[in-house]
Amino acid sequence: MKGNSEKPLTERMHTDGSVVDLQTYEQAGGYQAIRKVLHAGMTPMAVTEEVKAANLRGRGGAGFQTGVKWSFVPRGKDVPNPTYLVVNGDEMEPGTFKDRLLMERDPHQLIEGAMVAAFAIEADIAYIFLRGEYTLAAERLARAIAEAYEHHYLGKNIFGAGCNLELYLHLSGGRYICGDETGLLNALEGKRANPRAKPPFPVVVGLFGKPTVVNNVETICCVPHIINNGAEWFHGLSKTNDGGTKLYGVSGKVKRPGLWELPMGTTAREIIEEHAGGMRDGLKLRGLLPGGSSTPFIVEQHLDTPMDFTEMPKAGSRLGTGTMIVLDDHTCAVGMAWNMTRFFARESCGFCTPCWSGLGWAERILRSIEDGKGKPGDLDKLAFQAKMWSPGNTFCALAPGAADPLETSMKYFREDFERHIREHRCPWS
Amino acid sequence: MATVYVDNKACEMNPEENLLHGCLSHGFKLPYFCWHPALGSVGACRQCAVKQFKDDKDSQGKIVMSCMTPAAEGTRISIADPEVVAFRAGIIEGLMLNHPHDCPVCDEGGECHLQDMTVMTGHDYRRYEFEKRTFRNQDLGPLVNHEMNRCIQCYRCVRYYRDYAGGRDLNAFASRDQVFFGRSEDGVLENEFSGNLVEICPTGVFTDKTLKHHYARKWDQQFAPSVCVHCALGCNTDAGERYGSLRRIVNRYNHEINGYFLCDRGRFGYEFVNSEARLRQSVLKDRPTSAAAARQYLDQTVANGRVIGIGSPRASLESNFALRTLVGPDHFYSGIADHEAKLVGLMLEILRRGPMRTPTLRDIEESDVVLILGEDLTNVAPRMALSVRQSVRQQPMEAVKKLKVPLWLDHGVRDAMQDARGPLYIATPYRTRLDEVATATFRAAPDDLARFGFAIAHALDSSAPISHETSQDWLMAAAIARALKAAKKPLVISGTSCASEAVIQAAANVAMAANTALSFTAPECNTIGAALMGGNSLSAAFQAVKDGEADTVIILENDLYRRAPQAEVDSMLKAATHVIALDHLPNPTTEKAELLLPAGTFAESDGTFISSEGRVQRFLQVSAPQNEVMASWRWLKPDHWQSLDDVLRAMAKALPELDAACDAAPSSKFRIAGAKIPRSPLRESGRTAALVNINISEPKTPDDPDSALSFSMEGTPDQPPAALIPFFWSPNWNSIQAVNTYQKEVGGPLRGGDAGVRLFEPAPRNGQAYFSAIPRAFSPRQGAWLLVPMYHIFGSDELSLAAPGIRELATKPHVAVNSDEFAEGAEVEVNCAAGTFRLPVMIHREMPVGVAALSVGLSPLVGIQWPTWGKIARAK
Repeated sequence: MKGNSEKPLTERMHTDGSVVDLQTYEQAGGYQAIRKVLHAGMTPMAVTEEVKAANLRGRGGAGFQTGVKWSFVPRGKDVPNPTYLVVNGDEMEPGTFKDRLLMERDPHQLIEGAMVAAFAIEADIAYIFLRGEYTLAAERLARAIAEAYEHHYLGKNIFGAGCNLELYLHLSGGRYICGDETGLLNALEGKRANPRAKPPFPVVVGLFGKPTVVNNVETICCVPHIINNGAEWFHGLSKTNDGGTKLYGVSGKVKRPGLWELPMGTTAREIIEEHAGGMRDGLKLRGLLPGGSSTPFIVEQHLDTPMDFTEMPKAGSRLGTGTMIVLDDHTCAVGMAWNMTRFFARESCGFCTPCWSGLGWAERILRSIEDGKGKPGDLDKLAFQAKMWSPGNTFCALAPGAADPLETSMKYFREDFERHIREHRCPWS
Repeated sequence: MATVYVDNKACEMNPEENLLHGCLSHGFKLPYFCWHPALGSVGACRQCAVKQFKDDKDSQGKIVMSCMTPAAEGTRISIADPEVVAFRAGIIEGLMLNHPHDCPVCDEGGECHLQDMTVMTGHDYRRYEFEKRTFRNQDLGPLVNHEMNRCIQCYRCVRYYRDYAGGRDLNAFASRDQVFFGRSEDGVLENEFSGNLVEICPTGVFTDKTLKHHYARKWDQQFAPSVCVHCALGCNTDAGERYGSLRRIVNRYNHEINGYFLCDRGRFGYEFVNSEARLRQSVLKDRPTSAAAARQYLDQTVANGRVIGIGSPRASLESNFALRTLVGPDHFYSGIADHEAKLVGLMLEILRRGPMRTPTLRDIEESDVVLILGEDLTNVAPRMALSVRQSVRQQPMEAVKKLKVPLWLDHGVRDAMQDARGPLYIATPYRTRLDEVATATFRAAPDDLARFGFAIAHALDSSAPISHETSQDWLMAAAIARALKAAKKPLVISGTSCASEAVIQAAANVAMAANTALSFTAPECNTIGAALMGGNSLSAAFQAVKDGEADTVIILENDLYRRAPQAEVDSMLKAATHVIALDHLPNPTTEKAELLLPAGTFAESDGTFISSEGRVQRFLQVSAPQNEVMASWRWLKPDHWQSLDDVLRAMAKALPELDAACDAAPSSKFRIAGAKIPRSPLRESGRTAALVNINISEPKTPDDPDSALSFSMEGTPDQPPAALIPFFWSPNWNSIQAVNTYQKEVGGPLRGGDAGVRLFEPAPRNGQAYFSAIPRAFSPRQGAWLLVPMYHIFGSDELSLAAPGIRELATKPHVAVNSDEFAEGAEVEVNCAAGTFRLPVMIHREMPVGVAALSVGLSPLVGIQWPTWGKIARAK
């Protein structure tokens, strides 16, 4: 089996939680990738090709190939300008806290990644769109950006190579929908964060109407390492065909909840048992959401599936953000479904009917079931609503993301729902 | 055209459009909410879902939104597929979760798109068992009512109000199932086109507040096609009445003119018709008298006196012609103030000799470079301002086309376009609402505006004359010339607002030099018609009375105090032995009349107006005749004219240039399969039982000898010609959106062609000479101000000011200056030839020094002869 123990994304981080400053970052080999790109005469296309060859897939959850996305950017003299790079740091997926670690502990890694990515897509302006509640990340990123400007790593004529990059940190006003790449663009433009119709895709009509690439923080952090060590090396980090390492997280009633950088394709069983220390004493695992709350449940039989973008769909789920939420046998599955649906209902932007209307309805049905007021037929209504939220039926991926955990919780824990309705109470409360 | 298979039926669709547009154009019953032909697609409501199949072998298919999917060649879709039928039912169920079941008390009931779509989708049982969300409604002013609990979150209102009409004070607030569409706080909607929300909203969130005061269901109203009387653009309307009172105005779609939208003055100004002060009976020597006695006195006075007639630019061609016939052409005088008549005459001369085309409002929307010379459109010709607002999107649209974003994909287009705007140049004495979308503005006195125009024309064609004194402003003139030259569909707009012949001539020179379309505004609904009818000048009428040549004056629908200084009118009316006036409302002129005849408004009479475009259009009587109110032409006509057709025939004979009036609408003899066109919608209610307490047999419906319409619900069920459409209604389509079914292609021309006949088409270009009378540069005078008119959408129009809603919004008369001498809001005395007026002053820093603008048409600022000089001093 492929995969080794290298941890390129997290190896420089201090164990005391303090931030890696510019000097430390450079001493540990930082800012070499951008130097290599600028001084070794790599072309933007060569950088793009390298990332493509590394099969770096988007770590925000969708898993789109980063190099392929970059290659869609219109290039040449006659295309609209400028081109923008936007780093999506609006990590609002429940149970997900991986980008936070990267930004709080090693902000220069992200900055260098953004520099290389901006070079690859020929962008002179980049934004980091940061979740508003990430105040420590905001503080540390702002300081790191200032450091980089002081050293002329950002701004005009960076590293004397004639390239410019202005990097702005933008704090989100705070809605889950801002994490959708087009909702994010509207928010960044100062508009309601309603997602946009695609096509036109952001690479053609993006921020302020110009070609724009939106990449997740973890994705961008991988980029300098690919440039430094090559696509082949990046492939080698992984246990599967999707390249690189992955930040995997576990929350729920395990012994040691946390976050670990592991080879892409590590199984859920290994993550829970070896890294999270297994379930707390006396508790049994009933299921888990592998990548944040908008991914379908997997259960015991799926625990040995490699957690990557290719294998997880075979288990009926998705990798998502790779930060799993574990459900144990002392926690009410209906309560969990209600909690998640309540979140999605609250975060619906209010644009398309199945989402704004259906989620609110579903949330009320789930609440009444949990309160012991459920009625026969409620599950059919929930199933109907979840079907209304299928991809394509709604305007963006928010409602489909709400349908996945709801449908699978009703599939795997149906008896729990029926007991609530039958017994007019929550058996777990 | 592309072939699209809808449930295996091959349909030809426009590949530049989306599937929803194509399906509706083919008459398929596909429900929708957020899409609108004028607003495009955004994919919010998800109601228009269809199943799309990859090819004829694909039996699975996938659900797509028809509004978001191009009508590409070979597309295969199903509307009837059970899965998508269930999906659409799920959507309407979702939309209806919070909707109150208040249809019986909702103003929209019976003409509600949400009702129609709910029925179309088949949703009839509410499974939702929880509390509904509720909102606090806002007071949005006297015109538009707000009831947010009915909202289905389709976003049409904000898309129309903000994106289309440029309003800022209506927005979408909050999120999820609690989005609130309203203002940040209670208050009058600021946009001059807010009334369209009433028709844009698919349900009863935004409704007509003026209708609410005298509510009647659509099915209980009687309608007739009308033409707006509140400016010269000739927007098409349908007027609805019940029990003899006018209930409301709705938009009558005309692809070439107003399309889907009216301005608020046009929509809500109608209430003057219902005014308590209306003249409904003849008055002879201050005593009410019978129509017969009045008529007898009229005949006798005309037979015995030396009679002159004064016409009116707000009366129909027919009424003006009837007066002209009664007094004889030699004794017929134009009702337009002399200077204005001169300006209008000049505009007509320019339009007649060409070669510039006078554009429709649709042409204006499609123009890619626009120069406005001397006009504050929003306040003078409001609907045209809305068209100009769309025109600035034309050039950026070219860039969007290159990005291959379909033009119907509204948000995609707007995301790509951002704030980019095509060239719009506005040269006026004071700021205008459209400045916010202008490329550049130029502020100057009328003479300097004209010089600026001459300079632009010269920059385009060096043979066009220019003043030899140069000006630094001519750099801007050169830039405008370049933009006009590079344009595909350039346009120059000017008109009478600056009271300057030179401005009009300069505009004509620019239009001729750049080969652009040329649009002139005019002050009133039939200014162009009255000018074409001709007649002696108004001052000559005054002179004739003064000289004793005439002792009897018949004044047609005209308050002369708005046309001439008070003293002159006073002395003329005093000098006349007999003053006979016809009008709708009492005014200072009617007060002086010996005989006063109640003249029908547009709602109580038939007639023809000619718009500023030069379009001849018919309006038809809405109410069956009541009281003694009747069309002025009926009061004045000779006995042998039996009907409107006779008037039109006689007019065409006497004035061949006006024979187009005969073709403005089919004659009274027009029938469809032998039947007239019903003014009332079909019998769906107890309306026919309304009089059973008096008589159980149905009364005979009044006869209408003048038009092809009947005062009845009986008649042809077929679509009438555009000029005769009293209301839009078709099976399944009870709301105004039924207009879809009256168009050849949704959003396109009406089937059978749009209403109106154009009088002026461009003459061939054969060396028409440029105007060369360039005025001298304006120089401010010590101690005196050049007074120019300042128009107000709410206030400057005489009739709409009698509508309570409009009166409430009317601007307070004031004088605008750029001066340090006065404090904002201070009282000043303006002294000019027309009199001394005490007014508050408004400081307009953008205005040229030495020029003062006066609110025109608002009492006491009437009868001023523009342009004029005056003094302004602090009020004592």
